[in-house]
Amino acid sequence: MTHETPTGAGQPAVLSINGVSKTYAGGFTALKSVDLDIRKGEIFALLGPNGAGKTTLIGIVCGLVTASSGSVNVFGHDINGDFRLTRARIGLVPQEMSIDMFTKVKDAVAYSRGLFGKPADPAYVEQVLRDLSLWDKRDEQMRALSGGMKRRVMIAKALSHDPDILFLDEPTAGVDVELRQGMWQVIEKLRQRGKTIILTTHYIQEAEEMADRVGVIRQGEIVLVEETATLMAKLGRKQLTLQLAEPLSAVPEALAVEGLTLSEHGDALHFDYDTRADRTGITTLLANLNAAGVSVRDLETRQSSLEEIFVDLVGGAS
Amino acid sequence: MNWRGALTIYKAEMARTGRTLMQSILAPVISTSLYFVVFGAAIGSRMESIDGVGYGAFIVPGLVMMMILMQSVSNAAIGIYFPKFNGTVYELLSAPISALEIVVGFVGAAATKSLILGALVMVTASFFVPMEIQHPLAMIAFLVMTSVTFSLFGFIIGIWADNFEQLNIVPMLIVTPLTFLGGSFYSISVLPPFWQTVTLFNPVVYLISGFRWSFYGVSDVDIGISLAAIAGFFAFCLFIVWRMFKTGYRLKT
Repeated sequence: MTHETPTGAGQPAVLSINGVSKTYAGGFTALKSVDLDIRKGEIFALLGPNGAGKTTLIGIVCGLVTASSGSVNVFGHDINGDFRLTRARIGLVPQEMSIDMFTKVKDAVAYSRGLFGKPADPAYVEQVLRDLSLWDKRDEQMRALSGGMKRRVMIAKALSHDPDILFLDEPTAGVDVELRQGMWQVIEKLRQRGKTIILTTHYIQEAEEMADRVGVIRQGEIVLVEETATLMAKLGRKQLTLQLAEPLSAVPEALAVEGLTLSEHGDALHFDYDTRADRTGITTLLANLNAAGVSVRDLETRQSSLEEIFVDLVGGAS
Repeated sequence: MNWRGALTIYKAEMARTGRTLMQSILAPVISTSLYFVVFGAAIGSRMESIDGVGYGAFIVPGLVMMMILMQSVSNAAIGIYFPKFNGTVYELLSAPISALEIVVGFVGAAATKSLILGALVMVTASFFVPMEIQHPLAMIAFLVMTSVTFSLFGFIIGIWADNFEQLNIVPMLIVTPLTFLGGSFYSISVLPPFWQTVTLFNPVVYLISGFRWSFYGVSDVDIGISLAAIAGFFAFCLFIVWRMFKTGYRLKT
């Protein structure tokens, strides 16, 4: 029986990855006990450097890679025991351009639909091709299409059986800015049609732009799963550093305020504040410093970007 | 069962044949016909009859079998190798389709093509040499079993092959010599006793002998042994394919 496991944010998990590990024949461990739940209808961005295990993880869920241990459930069904049920609900757009150059667009899409055991449905296929601006190209052979169109055909093929979950492995890798934005629009449209989308990317901006949640994978381990909005809120925070003329042994009581800390050597004060707040507290802090007779030698502010958070998290990867 | 998936693969493979009609159908028919013209009509008229059958007619079953073996192997091998080569194999592996259904699609299409070619070659041969078919049902059974079994063998090669050289090496270095030395052009009874014994280790001998029996009622080896040999090879290939899918050999990582 199909059941959906409730998870955070009140959304059911359509995909549950539990303790999945993968060690390849050569001894390379690509995944180390990965746990991840994907919520219905969300766009989830899996962020990580090359070799972090993104494609291996997708490959395991879709049947291209055999997991060494762990289990994966799709809508409550095990991907090995009930592979027909689980695969029928998943669409995959791989990273590599994998197409038969001599096939016509409409035949390629019809082939994919047939492989999934679905009867021909010209109206649905037409809608998919129109959504992806490929209808005019339906009678063209693949080799006659541009790179961006070929990529869209691969999406059309993945959507041919009307899956609930769509995996996009680096959908914008190697495409120019204009095409990338076109792809974002396509993905947004798919979300509006109720698809759950899991995409991998190198681009922080891509994750920020589209994803509801972001997961960061490093050396085969998921090191962070966060709502994109929460991450963005962290982005809104800045840190003011005040270099003191004379070191302090502790923060004077008169200055004590939330977000203010003394550096290890006592020669600087750090003040974390929210740039979007009505009152950041900087003016008060500076006035209090003056009143307490604490002299400031220099000051600077810095903002931690998602890029920095990402780099910090994956820093040990290389 | 996802028979629609198997049918989709079958149709796509047959459509590929349709796109390459010259290479897929005409070329093998013409090259095999040349054998009839040269060995059957031209040289055959100067050769002695074998087991009471004229030489031109004697070589027809062997040539048909030779073409079917080679075409079955190469078609099925290319059929599964091509998706591996261009990356589209991901679709097969991520679709709700079982190994059996995938095999039925690819092997069924390769065998169908071989059967079409076999029929065309036999019709062509009938224009050059006098032919008779004493056991038509047995002939059809041999054609179907050989086409399916060697398509299965080709499918194994297609999965095993990592490059185009490997794809061609087995058909070129194993299937072709075995076929030429398997009695396509002669009866093994003309060989010295030692080589007759050696030849019996060649599985193709049993196919050609059995197939020739269905035409003229004469054979080098017992028809029962021929049937057992082809059934045994079929079972062997089926086991290998099953293991390949079970372990994901050169398909999954």
